[in-house]
Amino acid sequence: MDNDSMIFKKKGPLLVFLLPALAFMALFLYYPFIMNIVNSFYQITGLGNSPEQLNQPWYANYQRLFEDPYMATALKNTLILMITTIVFQVGIALILALLIDNIKKGVQFFRTVYFFPIVISATALGLLFNLIFLYDTGMVNQIIQSIKPGSELIDWYDENHFLFTMLLPVMWQYVGFYFVIIATGLNNISPEIYEAARVDGTSGFQRVWYITLPLLRNVLCTCLTLAITGALKVFDLPWVMFGAGMPLNKSWLTGTYMYDITFGYADVDYGSAIAIVIVVLGVVISMLANRIFRERDI
Amino acid sequence: MGRSNQRKRFSAGKLLIYLITSFWALTTLYPFIWVLLNSFKERRFIRSNSFSLPLGEAFTLDNYKVTFERFDIFPAYRNSIIISVSVMAVVIILAGLAAYALARYRFPGKSIIQALILASMMFPVFSTIIPVFRMMYNWGIANTESVALSLLSVILPQIAGNLSFAIIVLRGFIQSLPIDLEEAAYLEGCNIFGIFFRVILPLARPSFATVAIFSFLWSYNDLFTQLFFLRRKEAYSITLLLNEVNSQAGVNYGLLAAAVVLVVVPVVIVYIFLQKNIIKGMTAGAVKG
Repeated sequence: MDNDSMIFKKKGPLLVFLLPALAFMALFLYYPFIMNIVNSFYQITGLGNSPEQLNQPWYANYQRLFEDPYMATALKNTLILMITTIVFQVGIALILALLIDNIKKGVQFFRTVYFFPIVISATALGLLFNLIFLYDTGMVNQIIQSIKPGSELIDWYDENHFLFTMLLPVMWQYVGFYFVIIATGLNNISPEIYEAARVDGTSGFQRVWYITLPLLRNVLCTCLTLAITGALKVFDLPWVMFGAGMPLNKSWLTGTYMYDITFGYADVDYGSAIAIVIVVLGVVISMLANRIFRERDI
Repeated sequence: MGRSNQRKRFSAGKLLIYLITSFWALTTLYPFIWVLLNSFKERRFIRSNSFSLPLGEAFTLDNYKVTFERFDIFPAYRNSIIISVSVMAVVIILAGLAAYALARYRFPGKSIIQALILASMMFPVFSTIIPVFRMMYNWGIANTESVALSLLSVILPQIAGNLSFAIIVLRGFIQSLPIDLEEAAYLEGCNIFGIFFRVILPLARPSFATVAIFSFLWSYNDLFTQLFFLRRKEAYSITLLLNEVNSQAGVNYGLLAAAVVLVVVPVVIVYIFLQKNIIKGMTAGAVKG
């Protein structure tokens, strides 16, 4: 990989090449990341303020995490979101990719159209879905009215429906992303393997189950990791649609709760602690998932 | 007989495939068509039947007129363009330089630097934003009266947020280029920076384009960082303005629809022309990382 060419013997220019980017990352990623860990043990009373003194006890914020009912709600919702995205996002993407692997016409069209929602800002999508789920009367309630005239209008933001209303747009937006990743994985499977299986007289479903899925295993593991870390990063859509935990503090996610604690309540050190929970969850869950599902081929 | 039977079943299967795949295509396209149509209708027509076409007395341009009157759309567009173009430009230059060094040079500590770059892709913005805010506040950039500084305070962390992804994508591409051209240029007396700008940049143009588009879109769409740093109305970006419309429009559904259309249209135009680069970029980085 490395090059032994004469050109790269002189190491002087390396500094010019590497230093600007690394300095930027050190200043805006690594240093703040470490400071954030430190901050979570101190008392900070305003955004932009310096840490004042150690919390009493120093792990007070972490203790509070376990006693905070909204944090429990946020964790629960985030885990539900994670499982939904894994099952439905990756699931639908896999089905669509397997189907489209069988056709020739329109492949490019489907790819383009499926991917389209990903480039649209989640803020705009939030407004769009607010209109779709309007109580009086958005797209969904109008469809229900036309099927069952005179039935009561559904409040999609109430306690019984908010989870569905929050998860659906998040799930829907990123199906195309996993579709493209899985479709690329399918393209890399050599057609000869299928030919051999066809000669042996296997059915389509058998081929998918015994050949395609095992060969896709690592691609699906990548999707799994992305879905796990992606679920922890969700902020814009739920924030625009549900704001600060509506209804009745039930719709918190770790991201929206962290923002509200930090910005709305100026409880900066507790916000830092929540951010660390988000990082730890991402690392631990994706490591677990990989340990369970990834092939031990190395 | 068996053969014709098989063909028949085959085409029925194909039909089913097209039905299912088209259904999903409908779910991704129709909401946008629906909101576009409703942006030309008065509220009462949206309420009574949001599926009808904006024809005859239902048709109105008022929603757009009101949006432009009540909200500073053009300054917000301008701010968004300034932010996103700056982020894009700095990211491709810095990431390009770093990627070239990592692709071609051999030096001690290289594997550590690469591991650090990869690891930083796992940092969610939540875990860095508070210290970044304090740092820039102490520098006098964040939370100031000045619009220019406010924009700068969004640009800097957004650049950092895009660098790791960009370096990984560009390094992969530059590594795959044959080294012969660089050697030829070197023998003809070109120095290393000349090689980078005259040989590498033109050759790696497709992947630079991919990274550029990705950074632009990511920056344009990122609400979280903008919520933190853009507090003065004059500094609002288009995404932040949309968030504002959302909280102020109330029951003015036509206004909401028009605002969505105004934000989405520039992105749709970019997407139609550059979709291949966009799709490649957004997935390549993820898979390699």
